[in-house]
Amino acid sequence: MSAAGRSQGSAAANAASVRAVAKRLMPLLLVVAIALSPIVLLAAEAVPTDKDPVASARAVAIADKLRCLVCQNQTILESNAELAQDLRTQIKQQIAAGKSDKEIIDYMVARYGDFVLYQPPVKTTTILLWAGPALLVGIGFLVLARTVRLRRTQPEEPALTAEEHERVERLLRGDGAKDAS
Amino acid sequence: MAKKLLIPLVVFVALVGFLFAGLFRDPREVPSPLIGKPAPAFTLAQLHDPAKTLGPTDLKGQVWLLNVWASWCVSCRDEHPLLVELGRAKIVPIVGLNYKDEPAAGLKWLAQNGDPYSVSVVDRDGRVGIDWGVYGVPETFIVDKAGAIRYKQIGPITVEALQTKILPLVRELQKS
Repeated sequence: MSAAGRSQGSAAANAASVRAVAKRLMPLLLVVAIALSPIVLLAAEAVPTDKDPVASARAVAIADKLRCLVCQNQTILESNAELAQDLRTQIKQQIAAGKSDKEIIDYMVARYGDFVLYQPPVKTTTILLWAGPALLVGIGFLVLARTVRLRRTQPEEPALTAEEHERVERLLRGDGAKDAS
Repeated sequence: MAKKLLIPLVVFVALVGFLFAGLFRDPREVPSPLIGKPAPAFTLAQLHDPAKTLGPTDLKGQVWLLNVWASWCVSCRDEHPLLVELGRAKIVPIVGLNYKDEPAAGLKWLAQNGDPYSVSVVDRDGRVGIDWGVYGVPETFIVDKAGAIRYKQIGPITVEALQTKILPLVRELQKS
């Protein structure tokens, strides 16, 4: 057999093994494709229907930051309450009128108060809200440090008083009867 | 040592205290940022005579109430008898803001339940409602002589609210 023939044979063997691997991978690829398909579908659904995708995305972003006052645990974006729909329309109209995001949010705060903001501003009345978690962590660390220090300074074995020492000696000697009295 | 053991108890009692106080607060009552601010301007058609309009500027110099109502609003029926009596007593003019309602349905509703309003105006699309920070009908505002909002009642007016808050404030504002 010539050298060329040998290499041809090994090439054929290679191709066969690639096919075998591909065949084995195929189900895996299918599973991945199926798993990803909802994401693709969702992404397709989320494409804004308005004419201007940028303005639409801004409207969505603003509405997502504001709390619906009728159903308080939903944003204006999520809620289907009439007021939320009206406020979404307001946001769209104001964007179309060239207002900035801040102007639109200020408009809402002027009417409904800080309560419409899901992220409340840092103020004297909200400082505890903002600093609270850090404060609690700080207190936790202080307590931890104190506990650790106390444990370290504590003697390994508490020293016995002279009286206790004597009693131990007595017990070890087997002179328990006297101790029980 | 005994003092140390008391700390969790004190913390627990404080927590229970806060939670207990929270039981009696209505989370739906959002304090209005408009208290003390000038009443938002509007010019709206009157319900009974759409050719005529009314706005806060027409009412300057007197204390008045703005009551937000609608024929579709269920709890408006609760407060309505009280409003009718208040209107009959002629203590203070009540302006009705017919909020997101069909004018025909609003007129029918007033004919059936009585009309306590000196004037009702039509806020068909709810824009004026948004300007006034309305989020739950019924709502009632007290506006002073200078045209500033002094009080906001969220939800139906109760006898208690009328006696302890609304009427005393109206009388005080009328004197000044």
